[in-house]
Amino acid sequence: MRYLVTLKVIAQPDGPPPSDLMEAIFKLGQEATEAGSMLDNSGLAPSSEGARIEVSGGRLTVSDGPFAEAKEMISYALYEVRTKEEAVEWAARFMKLHRDLWPGWEGEADVLRLFTPEDFAPPA
Amino acid sequence: MTAAESHRVVEAVWRIESARVVAALARMVKDLALAEELAQDALVAALEEWPRKGVPDNPGAWLTLTAKHRAIDQFRRRDTYQRKLQEVGRDLELRQESAEAELDDALDDHIGDDLLRLIFTACHPELPAEGRLALTLRLLGGLSTAEIARAFLVPEPTVGQRISRAKRTLADRRIPIELPPPAELPGRLASVLEVIYLIFNEGYAATAGQDWIRPSLCQEAMRLGRVLAGLMPAEPEVHGLLALMEIQAARIPARTARDGSPILLLDQDRSRWDRLLVRRGLAALRRAEELGTLGPYGLQAAIAACHARALTAQATDWERIAALYRLLAHLTPSPVVELNRAVAVGMAYGPERGLEIADALIGERALRGYAHLPAVRGDLLAKLGRAGEAAAEFRRAAELTGNERESALFLRRAAALSA
Repeated sequence: MRYLVTLKVIAQPDGPPPSDLMEAIFKLGQEATEAGSMLDNSGLAPSSEGARIEVSGGRLTVSDGPFAEAKEMISYALYEVRTKEEAVEWAARFMKLHRDLWPGWEGEADVLRLFTPEDFAPPA
Repeated sequence: MTAAESHRVVEAVWRIESARVVAALARMVKDLALAEELAQDALVAALEEWPRKGVPDNPGAWLTLTAKHRAIDQFRRRDTYQRKLQEVGRDLELRQESAEAELDDALDDHIGDDLLRLIFTACHPELPAEGRLALTLRLLGGLSTAEIARAFLVPEPTVGQRISRAKRTLADRRIPIELPPPAELPGRLASVLEVIYLIFNEGYAATAGQDWIRPSLCQEAMRLGRVLAGLMPAEPEVHGLLALMEIQAARIPARTARDGSPILLLDQDRSRWDRLLVRRGLAALRRAEELGTLGPYGLQAAIAACHARALTAQATDWERIAALYRLLAHLTPSPVVELNRAVAVGMAYGPERGLEIADALIGERALRGYAHLPAVRGDLLAKLGRAGEAAAEFRRAAELTGNERESALFLRRAAALSA
């Protein structure tokens, strides 16, 4: 089963993330990759460098970032695991690092399952 | 958290950590069966304790430490282990006083080698293939006997016997849980790669029963391949095998029609291929190429990559595939490789040339009863307009295959040619 984990920031202290945190994140990423569980991941540049395309009231509008909402999405990771709990466990470890190594930081990770061919399989 | 929820959390942690826990214990107690037993004890302890006290911050270290405590209890009870107790006990008592983080660091330093030792032992060539497969899935995959039995479509006691027999063989022959000496490494690594690829193929092309694909075994094999690539990053064939599996698995979404019947490679809707797996597979192949000459797995991956790179079946570089098969046949001469070469040559240079190669294989003992020989000949004969002969070949192929879906496919082709 594949899961996409997205990370959103709600509040973060001024300044760059502590180097301890970055090191721990790197180590955890390596661990998840070497465990064969993480297939892909990347940090995301601020939405000020992105754009948004909306359809509303029959009209299509393209606008440049930054996006207005409070939570900025800053990274994603794609896991291949055997159960949802496994994906949750990896994501929880990732969030624990933030809790323990960057006081004052607040955020949320969403764990979302990707559809796979089995979802479209004919009834047995 | 309900009991059922916390049970699932423990299970998830177990899936992630069990191989490393067993591997660390195996180094300590130098006995695979005992290591697994102790790890299982730790799992039971976790199932009792975590729902009440919550999941510890470092669950892997908790499991290993708990299992180590059990090990010491065991050693204390057994006189014959007196010496081991002294070695291990002193080591552990010292560590117990240090912080858990320190223990974790100590484990981390060893863990790569521990896992490798475990892999090489589970895949030891002195074990029968089915024993190696079951033991690998059990120890490295953390799969239960029941799960392995389901995957291989055999009764649970059969798997249990395979595992216990394999463990007994390792103990009886005093096979140490060690990395192979450098001189033996190529042969021993070949055995490991073979086990992983057998697991993959068991999932990819089930030769018996109604299921065309059992994807969970493919995923487990790919996971093991990725673990091995992390542990042995300098071995080209490790990356070659991973590349081969990922590129092949990328086709799984396109391999089966809605009614469950198989769709052959050239007829597949390539937009359904898993682009992420293709991308990863091509990257792994590149790493294998950068590390040296391609071995048998790397060459097969290179062939699979030719298909993966072609946006349409018509765009396939058959000349390159035929050339790669020639290299593969040189490296690992086999009638099956030769038969595949016949297909590629037929596509690159015309069915007549392909048929020449396939016809030369008719007397091959190894291909007696192999459905794909008549199937390939049938295809080449059909292209040459020899419909009657072709239909007979497809009927023969249908008789020989053990896969019901495949049999139906061959019969459809025979019927179309006879019409």
